[in-house]
Amino acid sequence: MPIISRGFRGRRTEGDSARVPPGQYLTPDFPVLSAGPTPHTPLERWDFQITGEIDEPRRWTWEDFRALPSEGVTVDIHCVTKWSKLDTIWRGVSVDTLLDGIETSAEYVVEYSDGGYTTNLPLEDVTGGKAWVVFEYDGEPLEPEHGGPARMLVPHLYFWKSAKWVRALRLLATDEPGFWEVNGYHNYGDPWREQRYWGD
Amino acid sequence: MAGTAVLGRLTWQVADVIEVASETPRVKTIVFDAPNWTGHRAGQHVDIRLTAEDGYRAERSYSIASAPDGTRIELTVERLDDGEVSPYLTEELRPGDQIELRGPVGGYFVWEPSRNAPVLLVGGGSGVVPLMAMIRARAAAGADIDMRLLFSSRSWEDVIYRDELGHLEGSGLRVIHTLTRSQPPSWTGYARRVDGAMLADIAPSPSAKPRVYVCGPTPFVEAVATALVRIGHDAGAIRTERFGPTGG
Repeated sequence: MPIISRGFRGRRTEGDSARVPPGQYLTPDFPVLSAGPTPHTPLERWDFQITGEIDEPRRWTWEDFRALPSEGVTVDIHCVTKWSKLDTIWRGVSVDTLLDGIETSAEYVVEYSDGGYTTNLPLEDVTGGKAWVVFEYDGEPLEPEHGGPARMLVPHLYFWKSAKWVRALRLLATDEPGFWEVNGYHNYGDPWREQRYWGD
Repeated sequence: MAGTAVLGRLTWQVADVIEVASETPRVKTIVFDAPNWTGHRAGQHVDIRLTAEDGYRAERSYSIASAPDGTRIELTVERLDDGEVSPYLTEELRPGDQIELRGPVGGYFVWEPSRNAPVLLVGGGSGVVPLMAMIRARAAAGADIDMRLLFSSRSWEDVIYRDELGHLEGSGLRVIHTLTRSQPPSWTGYARRVDGAMLADIAPSPSAKPRVYVCGPTPFVEAVATALVRIGHDAGAIRTERFGPTGG
């Protein structure tokens, strides 16, 4: 039996409640969550790499990267700290485009960011139109505090899986838990199954 | 950054409200007894779950304010006027009520009294809460390590834990206030937002390799962390925790 909170009525989500995973609430704002200072890497020193279980690592400069075909994406995002935001608008390069033509036996991937942040996920969760490296939010260049110049966007998982300031994807044969994943947070992070913490 | 959190499932448990105390006009401390609590480390947080009579639920995370102390947990909560959960916790909850919670959560924004590097804590408003857990853990352990708190509040009336911080000062703990909106008539302390010059005055030298914890609203944390890096502190030694304008 759940404990009823005497006198608590709550503020119900109007209309779109089917789009809000369990334990989440909607916010019109865009809160920021990060473990350390915001890195500020100049674009001329920025690059993006695919490394690990592939024959030839790939590398793009900012110019190369921005010359890749990009797409607009409108998705709902869900942060493990309980906020969800509907219909967020991004522009970026599909991970399918970055991996195009690569042959790999890898089954896992780790995202690497400026500042040392990492997060891990199965490779199949970033392929097939499920993940992007985005550089615009709401029609504007992505601000540093939200992960600019470029961040991952993997909207079907809790938002810590969408690493800010992402610089590389490393393809791996075995799973390698990342920063929050070794600090008590769930290894996979499906918001619809409320996989917030270890054991959820 | 090795895994340090306790391995195991975090199950919801029922906690009893023991006491509700005012800290400032907008901030209250709620003391819980959670019989199944297995302990926490200073800086960790807890998830709270409220359930309405018709089954509707709301969950939020709150930093733990107390040092580890058996099954007793203190949360300090600021009332956000447009919040869903914080008005309930600060205005409605009273001793004898029960609430569901689970935790502790978070294995990174934590500090152990056994560490011997100097510590700089920088808090904005209710961002002081997890930092207070560190200050209390230091006091409980009888540690004399160099710990400095730079605490930004709007006014003297808004200073959370004001008296307790005053009592705890000394034997290696320094508390430096800045009051950003209004100051008492005789105020001689800082009266502006935290900036690089203030941090350079107060922080241990970067060569002393201090461990730094910054917590507050996002613009505060952005400004402080950026200024610390600019005056020479190692970005990897600065741990941040932020809360947005919503969350309540």
